[in-house]
Amino acid sequence: MTEPLVMARALVKRFGNFVAVDHIDFDVLPGEAFGFLGPNGAGKSSTMRMIGATSPRSGGELRVLGVEPDDYGPQVRARLGVVPQEDNLDTELSVSDNLYVYGRYFGIPRRQLRQRVAELLDFAQLAERAGDRVNDLSGGMKRRLTIARSLVNQPELLLLDEPTTGLDPQARHLLWDRLHRLKRSGVTLLVTTHYMEEAEQLCDRLVVMDRGRIAAMGSPRQLIERYVSREVVELRFDDEEAPAMASLVNGLAPHTEALADRLLLYTEDGDLTAQAVARRGLKPTNVLVRRASLEDVFLRLTGRQLVD
Amino acid sequence: MAGTQVPMRLRPLHYFWATFRRQWRSDISTTFLTPVLYLASIGAGLGSFIKGGQVLASLGGEDYLSFVAPALLVTTAMQVAVSRSTYDVYGCKNWWSGAYRSMLAAPLSVGDIVTGHLAWVAARVGLASAFYLAVSAAFGAVHSPAAAADLVVGPVVGLAFAAPIIAYAITVRHEQPFVMIFRLVMVPLFLFSGTFFPLSQLPTGLRYIAYVLPLWHGVELSRGLYQGSLGAWPALGHLAYLVVVIAVGSMAASRTYRKELAP
Repeated sequence: MTEPLVMARALVKRFGNFVAVDHIDFDVLPGEAFGFLGPNGAGKSSTMRMIGATSPRSGGELRVLGVEPDDYGPQVRARLGVVPQEDNLDTELSVSDNLYVYGRYFGIPRRQLRQRVAELLDFAQLAERAGDRVNDLSGGMKRRLTIARSLVNQPELLLLDEPTTGLDPQARHLLWDRLHRLKRSGVTLLVTTHYMEEAEQLCDRLVVMDRGRIAAMGSPRQLIERYVSREVVELRFDDEEAPAMASLVNGLAPHTEALADRLLLYTEDGDLTAQAVARRGLKPTNVLVRRASLEDVFLRLTGRQLVD
Repeated sequence: MAGTQVPMRLRPLHYFWATFRRQWRSDISTTFLTPVLYLASIGAGLGSFIKGGQVLASLGGEDYLSFVAPALLVTTAMQVAVSRSTYDVYGCKNWWSGAYRSMLAAPLSVGDIVTGHLAWVAARVGLASAFYLAVSAAFGAVHSPAAAADLVVGPVVGLAFAAPIIAYAITVRHEQPFVMIFRLVMVPLFLFSGTFFPLSQLPTGLRYIAYVLPLWHGVELSRGLYQGSLGAWPALGHLAYLVVVIAVGSMAASRTYRKELAP
């Protein structure tokens, strides 16, 4: 039997009267990439900080690497890698000093650490910038450095809070590639994101979080199959508001959602539904048939869009 | 291998040392040039005006340079400590430097961060004190080998300021309050703690205020050491007072740091 690396039961985090995390249960298994998908304020980062042993829980049970993070913070963090939402690099230090100083926090002996720093610079593709100050790096480079730094202690479990927020697509793909490599090498990943594409790219299993609660749990494919249909037809209208058009598509699809600017028709066969729309005489300015995504799952579960 | 490891509570020094290595040239000039200027202008320059029996008697029989030099060592300790425990704390906490947050992501605890930062302040004050001691010896102001104990007194005085100040500095949202600490705390203490004239010159009420604040205790210790006239009991009394301030300040800092860094 494999013991979960992280186990949460009825986990709660309160700040005063505000309940940031509201009785959530989940297990993270060794070797998997586990995701928390949800909009800003859903409680993802609070959950991450409790797992990362930098924020005490307010209630419920939490075990990380087999122990209580509140009681064994330093011991837990010695075996974790943490990539926080905002880069916590030492901006006035050089790229290699950032890795070196951080490694010294873990008590890694000098000689061994120097070798490790060289490996990590290669991994992050920053070897040529080793002597530069962090301030002079691009956003993507800083992010890669933050991730490289979190690996200095060869962690069993890597916590990534919004790893690619604010990065351009190219930088994002490069980062995903690095994370896939880590996963292949056996590191367990815990990722929060509000990008469904990222969740689909990286995660074996994920939970959808909304207002501190877990709305659903499963693999990206399972969630799509369970909560939405295989395909989606998006209808955009020019003048009229989409919600006013909602009644006109009644019966064309098992489920529809009306957003401010478009209608979404959830269906097993997008082309057939699109033809039915045309037969009904509707004239949307744009018709798009696509595969359903986690964005649709989120919309279905919460009635709201993930990214506004 | 574990035996040779740096203890957790001193590991924050790795960060401070790395930043110091980058900027020690500019740091050194401000820390080290100031005492030389003070000793030359106030000690030797102004001191040459202050002569004649009566004045000297109230200074304890020494020339003015010898009176003021040991006090300036302590005020320098205060200045170094306050600047290292205001802007540096703000810098380490806030987003433009992730020092504290990265220490917390590593296995260091909030308590380690407090101790580590204070250790760094003590080290910087110790460095400044050593330099000051050497310069004032060169000016002929040191009259006893006991003055070497100022290498400890300097950091102790520095910590008596640093511990309560970091407890406050971690809570501020912008840097303006630091200017007030400099103007309303440091400058009056600098001027009225028996630094440039004996406390006996002050009205009684003000004198008691000076007794309560840490700087005067440091000035008394340092002056007694420079002149070789420090008694054991007064020394213990002054030290005990400073140690209590450090202890209370550190406890307060552990609380405020925890609240700010690991809510």
